[in-house]
Amino acid sequence: MTKAQSLWNHGVKIGAIGGVSVLIIALVGMIESFGKRDIISGILPMGIAMALIICTLVAYIAADKTPISEKSIKFVNAVISGFVTSGFLALLVVIGRSFNMRDMLIAASPALYKALTAGIAGAGGIFLILAVGLICGIFAGVLILLDTFPRKLIIKALATIFILGLLQELIMPLIKSWNFGITNYLGKLFYTQNGLTIIGVVLAAVIFCIISLLWKANQNAIKGTYTDLPKGTQKKVKTFGFLVLAVFLIVLPQFLGLFLSEVLTIVGLYVLLGLGLNIVVGYAGLLDLGYVAFFAIGSYVVAILTSPEIFSFGFNFWQALPIAVIMGITAGMLLGIPVLKMRGDYLAIATLGFGEIIRILVLSDFLKPWLGGAQGIGAIPNPNFFGFQMVKPQHIYFLILAGCMLVVFISIRLKNSRLGRAWMAMREDEDVAQAMGINLVATKLLAFATGAGFSALSGAIFASKIGSVYPHSFNLFISINVVCLIIIGGIGSLPGVVVGAAVLMGLPELLREFAEYRMLVYGAALVAMMLLRPEGLWPEARHKIELHGDDETQTQTAE
Amino acid sequence: MFQKWKDRVTVTDIVMWMIGGTLLLLCLWGSVSTIRAGLYTRSHWIDFCIFGLAQGSIYALIATGYTMVYGVLKMINFAHGEVFMSGPFTGYFVAMALWRSDFLDTHPILGIIVIFGVAMFVSTMIAYFLEKVAYRPLRNAPRLIPLITAIGASFFLQYFFRGLYGSGINAYPDIEILEGFWMIFGVRVLKIQVIVIIASVLLMLVLYNFIMMTRVGKAIRAVSEDKEAAALMGINVDAMISTTFVIGGMAAGAAGVLYALMFKQVHFFMGFIPGIKAFTAAVLGGIGNIPGAMIGGVFLGLIESVAPALFLDGLGIIAPYQLKDAIAFSMLVMVLIFRPTGILGERLSAKKA
Repeated sequence: MTKAQSLWNHGVKIGAIGGVSVLIIALVGMIESFGKRDIISGILPMGIAMALIICTLVAYIAADKTPISEKSIKFVNAVISGFVTSGFLALLVVIGRSFNMRDMLIAASPALYKALTAGIAGAGGIFLILAVGLICGIFAGVLILLDTFPRKLIIKALATIFILGLLQELIMPLIKSWNFGITNYLGKLFYTQNGLTIIGVVLAAVIFCIISLLWKANQNAIKGTYTDLPKGTQKKVKTFGFLVLAVFLIVLPQFLGLFLSEVLTIVGLYVLLGLGLNIVVGYAGLLDLGYVAFFAIGSYVVAILTSPEIFSFGFNFWQALPIAVIMGITAGMLLGIPVLKMRGDYLAIATLGFGEIIRILVLSDFLKPWLGGAQGIGAIPNPNFFGFQMVKPQHIYFLILAGCMLVVFISIRLKNSRLGRAWMAMREDEDVAQAMGINLVATKLLAFATGAGFSALSGAIFASKIGSVYPHSFNLFISINVVCLIIIGGIGSLPGVVVGAAVLMGLPELLREFAEYRMLVYGAALVAMMLLRPEGLWPEARHKIELHGDDETQTQTAE
Repeated sequence: MFQKWKDRVTVTDIVMWMIGGTLLLLCLWGSVSTIRAGLYTRSHWIDFCIFGLAQGSIYALIATGYTMVYGVLKMINFAHGEVFMSGPFTGYFVAMALWRSDFLDTHPILGIIVIFGVAMFVSTMIAYFLEKVAYRPLRNAPRLIPLITAIGASFFLQYFFRGLYGSGINAYPDIEILEGFWMIFGVRVLKIQVIVIIASVLLMLVLYNFIMMTRVGKAIRAVSEDKEAAALMGINVDAMISTTFVIGGMAAGAAGVLYALMFKQVHFFMGFIPGIKAFTAAVLGGIGNIPGAMIGGVFLGLIESVAPALFLDGLGIIAPYQLKDAIAFSMLVMVLIFRPTGILGERLSAKKA
């Protein structure tokens, strides 16, 4: 290999990886189905925006990872890699136009090629793709050449525009529902029926830049005022912040419409589930993949006790709730006993087995007279709060909020308690923990029981929210989703659970097109997260140190 | 004497043995009453057994992939079920193309070989790149991380193929020579089931001999004994790990086509349940142990097809076949509790398990 070759080899290689990623996105149909929504009205559909982002990102990475520090070579690598990435798409269009691949690849349709080439037929479209790839590469190269501050400013401004465009269906109905003079005017200025207006894009970028510049200028002053305050006042400021947050959470559903409140309740339920599993996985380090079993138990207990369909016990929600939680805790203990001796992978698989066994039993005809089989149990009455019927999602929201507050409080108190420390000791090393005098059996069972109790609470609220329970609502995906959200949020971190639930549950509800690709994106996100940022989005301090400790200690422990 | 016994057995042990004993008694009682009631004739039982053997030998083929990967990496390759799915799902399009052009009718054997080739190639590629992209960077990571990566990879692959080929259930074409019955010992047996059994046994023999006889097989066994020592002996550990995935992928692809030929349908979710069952089989036979995985697979297949009728019918449970997965999972949990080393496995140290 000559020297000149080895210089741009890197760009070609990373460009090829990027090309394969873009091909995957195109061939699973994401570009086409996201093409229906515009980021910028009439100019930039979301699918194309995604391809552009990947192309630029790949070019940026190629330049960044180039081992030679000379800027011009980095720039060339960025351009080459952008070009190679787009080359893959161009090749797809060339092949797709001459052969019909639709029998096999359902997404390889003329609509896809049209979307990719912006409707230009013949060689023009292919040149367009290649030219756009080149431009992306050049753009990434220019970004590399810039200083850190302007580079970050540009990237963040573009991200703001993208997010504004992405969340248009969230923002527009909100503005409409407020029906307020200024907001109405602003809404019309920024958005069309589909996508941002050009004025909106420019305005958003300008406003963002001004705010960032102001923040940069005054950053130290603002932070300084806070750190200069005496300790007591700092604490007061924090308490005040929490109060504001609480008030904000309480009044939130008044501003949001029915749909958004519904999304909030879903996120809230997953926060509850996540907080429970966080104790089992995050604190105690026991990977439980059958967590949905306790969710199902909570739901079914409430359903059986309150619904008149199968038995008429005639309990109301508040009487059934403690029973559901107690049943959940008992089940957690019972399922915990057999798996006490297992660790790691085996524990995960055994609990997964338990979860599936419970679902299959509930679904079977054998237990139908008691559990309703595949038809489930319906007609679960809404909770009644001192004569006030909780019907709307907004009302259930308060129930969930109260549950979350309670569980967060318990989690925080547990974390720094004797038990919490015992859990963490067990997570780090069971043998050492036992040698230190920790009763492993009791500690493990308490972790399973606490987690199961929270899960049952969540299940109970879920049952009364939906009004009916079916075995199909309790499949393995719920367990996996909950595991994903605490891992993506950051194992063991409470704010991480909220962030994870909002990102994994909230976003796909808001972006309807995502629904179909939810699991695909989850899977990719999980793998990427584990490879790039195993500590999660909002990691717990200790865990972060553990995973990113200096390399010497890491290799030593790995031996 | 009593003191010694008391020291070794804890309360949880007693509780677990009681649960196990109760289940065993229930099974025994169920089988006795089923046989007494005479619900099924001799040919029914033979049918169940042949079907169980066929299904079990498919599990066995998939399980070898799990067990070999566990041997070299000490991780559960959760995405192996998707490796299994990818082959026959791609092979379906080849099969349809051959069927439409009448090639499958004129040259059936050649056609089937082509389908096998394509499916095994795709599965192998998926397994190879899976290891390379997802698992290789995590060689020295804490144990939970590769498992979560594997779960992520599993979902990614499932929904990648769903996006690629669609979410429908696709029916494999009927191949003339695989249809019909054979009379064996006076019992009518489906041809395809016998063929599946024979093909799997042949493949397993090849695989076993490859691992035991060849230099590469020896190197793989050395890597699964001790990576560092193997590296010191001049074995390229990374290449051997890749080879393991490739062999596992080939076995899974072949198993996938056999599965598709037997059940006549492929869809993106088809890998999930067989994957978990095969993992159960691998644990049953002793994970890390190749003959163990084969025996475990066959055993699990038999249990699954015989047990619902044998154990549950006698207990008066309605529609026992709905509970066949529950039986498999219960077996998994029971094996993990009572004999985590499996039928043939050696004792794993507590750290590994």
